[in-house]
Amino acid sequence: MRDRRGRPVVAVTGYGMISSLGRGVADSWAGLVAGRSGVRRISRFATDNMRTTIAGAIDYLWQDDDTAMDITMRAGILAAEEAIADAGIGTPGDFPGPMFAALPPAEIEWPYRGELYRGAPVIDGDAYDRMIAAARRKNDDYGFRHALLSFIAEGVAEKLGTRGAPISLTTACASGATSIQLGVEAIRRGDTDAAISIGADCSVNPEMMIRFGLLSALSGTNDPPEAVSRPFDRERDGFVIAEGAAALVLENYDAAKARGAKIHAIVEGIGEKADDFHRTRSKPDGSAVIGTLKITLDDGSISPDEIDYVNAHGTGTPENDRMEAMSLEAVFGERMRTVPISSNKSMIGHTLTAAGAIEAIFSIKTIEEGIIPPTINYTNPDPAIPFDVVPNKARDAKVNRVLSNSFGFGGQNACLVIAGEPA
Amino acid sequence: MAREVWITGIGLASSLGEGLDAHWRALATDSTPTPSVDLAFTPPFGIHPMVPLDLEKQVPKREQRQMEPWQRLGTYAAGLALADAGIAGNLDILSRTHAVVAADGGERDVPTDTAILAGLQNAKQPAPFLNERLSNDLRPTLFLAQLPNLLAGNISIVHKVTGSSRTFMGEEIAGVSATEIAWRRIGAGQGDIFLVGGACSAERKDSVMNCALGGILWAGEHLPVWERLEQGGGAMLGSAGAFLVLEAREHAEARGRKPYARLVDVESDQSRRRPGDVAAKLSRQFDAMAPAGSAPVSVLSAATGIAQATREEHDLLAALIASGRVDRVRAVESLLGTMTSATFPAVAGLAALALARRGFYRPLDRTGFEAGGTEAADRIAVTVAGTWRGEGSALLAAVEQ
Repeated sequence: MRDRRGRPVVAVTGYGMISSLGRGVADSWAGLVAGRSGVRRISRFATDNMRTTIAGAIDYLWQDDDTAMDITMRAGILAAEEAIADAGIGTPGDFPGPMFAALPPAEIEWPYRGELYRGAPVIDGDAYDRMIAAARRKNDDYGFRHALLSFIAEGVAEKLGTRGAPISLTTACASGATSIQLGVEAIRRGDTDAAISIGADCSVNPEMMIRFGLLSALSGTNDPPEAVSRPFDRERDGFVIAEGAAALVLENYDAAKARGAKIHAIVEGIGEKADDFHRTRSKPDGSAVIGTLKITLDDGSISPDEIDYVNAHGTGTPENDRMEAMSLEAVFGERMRTVPISSNKSMIGHTLTAAGAIEAIFSIKTIEEGIIPPTINYTNPDPAIPFDVVPNKARDAKVNRVLSNSFGFGGQNACLVIAGEPA
Repeated sequence: MAREVWITGIGLASSLGEGLDAHWRALATDSTPTPSVDLAFTPPFGIHPMVPLDLEKQVPKREQRQMEPWQRLGTYAAGLALADAGIAGNLDILSRTHAVVAADGGERDVPTDTAILAGLQNAKQPAPFLNERLSNDLRPTLFLAQLPNLLAGNISIVHKVTGSSRTFMGEEIAGVSATEIAWRRIGAGQGDIFLVGGACSAERKDSVMNCALGGILWAGEHLPVWERLEQGGGAMLGSAGAFLVLEAREHAEARGRKPYARLVDVESDQSRRRPGDVAAKLSRQFDAMAPAGSAPVSVLSAATGIAQATREEHDLLAALIASGRVDRVRAVESLLGTMTSATFPAVAGLAALALARRGFYRPLDRTGFEAGGTEAADRIAVTVAGTWRGEGSALLAAVEQ
């Protein structure tokens, strides 16, 4: 089958997820449509002297002595294994296609750094002069591998047995969507019949929390944890960091049908446009976000009128939600006031690198189940965003085509249009 | 039929100099090519330091303040490539130029870490102490400078490259994948013009520390990479910013641009580095690019000097020379050092330069392995076996001008 532009159609045939609402797609989705929050007080480490003490952490996967990289790798593998089993493709340890994985940057963490420093000879110079001397003596593969940016992707790829060099990517908060775009492009080119796109990010550790806090992007409130993430609400004051992982098996539609696979959805349109304004803020005229929306619709030859629901980026920062609303209005016009739009982040928090992939799966579930997940904590409507945000309670609705938005720090914007299987 | 991909812009800055003339001089015309090495920065491990750059030529001062050195270097080299391709300031083309950046990241603030590590030794309550120090001492700009995707972000802000923007992570193989994906997308009509590249700052004690943990560094006086094999091997980090403009032939011709070279093929893979893996992967890639029976090609190798991988690559290339499929080899990291994610764009850029200038680089070792002269090549293969993992190759061909 060919799409409206004559290209091979790309289907989603399997999905898997780890979220603060549960292990697996089914539990995560159940929590989401119940309007449950996965945001809790951080218990994994001491939060004394920290401004932010809450997160949507996935403590059920946490093991002592984990680094962010270890738990991210574990979550990514679990999500991918669920997706591959769901698709019924390949055999364990042998996936017949490449991997595109959105992952957080790896680096050595404080416990290891402290251990290296304590074991170092006392010499003149700074801490790194000392630690270099210690590192030379230690010659430690664990430390070396954990400092490699390829570490997580390599571990996931090795476990899944994907083909070729695994791609480890980051476009900040757009990363999960970018991983899907890379897979869609590879299948459209005919390079492969199948690919696995993954987004995984379990970065809840002290330094990461503090760094994001310094950007003034996090909410300044902590109580009650489940009410802090308030996208589109007038009282919103920042996002809540969360952890999660999601994986999607993408396949050439014809190849998938030929092997009798179940088709969850079709990825009809993909689009990206970089902003050139500021490292953490969008261009005030919205042109980059508007450009991304238009490119995405144009990529699939889709009219805005064909979109039934918008799965918002909706971080709950004052800036993002206003910019997202303004840009959607610019593209959808008056109709935007009646198109349902909701933010999964009101419940699962902002899963950063994983968000685009997690929200793509929730977009597919919305189509499959005929239920639109709500925006919770919506108590004071922001008059600047006069949209139907599906407040506080899930809604039954027939949805055939979803726009899913992802906008990242660094000005990297990516959108997807996902639709049900053609009748 | 896939579209032809041309290299129409090269931006290069390294320990050997800034720009193409400086690199051509240092590698091709100097009678005794000489590396620039700093042995005092992180003894006993030498590094190849970046030459001083007048950054303001490409990056305004106020923007530099938002970046750490590796981002400044990358943003600078990206500007060189765009100018070289004749698209700097051309907002129409830049707005649909796609960036694929191979990034390093995580550059640490050495004074801050030093103070915290010293304090942690005596802290009664280490965890609250760490939280307090991090909250007070980390600079917000530093965090942005630590995000790998912010090199691409800075390139968008400074140079107005605003098509899609993607950042790949993972040392050498990230540079291979960035180039490969751009090449594939142009070939398939998924974009007409791409900016591809990366940056590596060797003047980072945290990077040297990480590599020292892996036992992969060469200690002591500099030697060319092949010569290190007799003494256990090892890599020497080198600073570099390297960006290429890749363009569909039709797109370049429509705006009247001549290419340096045609990018004929890019191959990538990742072995688990069991004995023989590097040789097997690079051999398969070479067979795909330049099948037996085709005319001999010249090779620019990014061999790092790390024992096993460099030994396997050496023996493979020696066999290809013996069978007449390769006419000569140059290991450019002997002079440039290991440039991590910038490696592949840098070496591919040097290959394109040699094809355009109708010459070749001088032998860079004394073992006799790098034989042959500096006469022009028609086709040059680039080979990369990453410091840790990842194997990649490219084939470039001269274009009749």
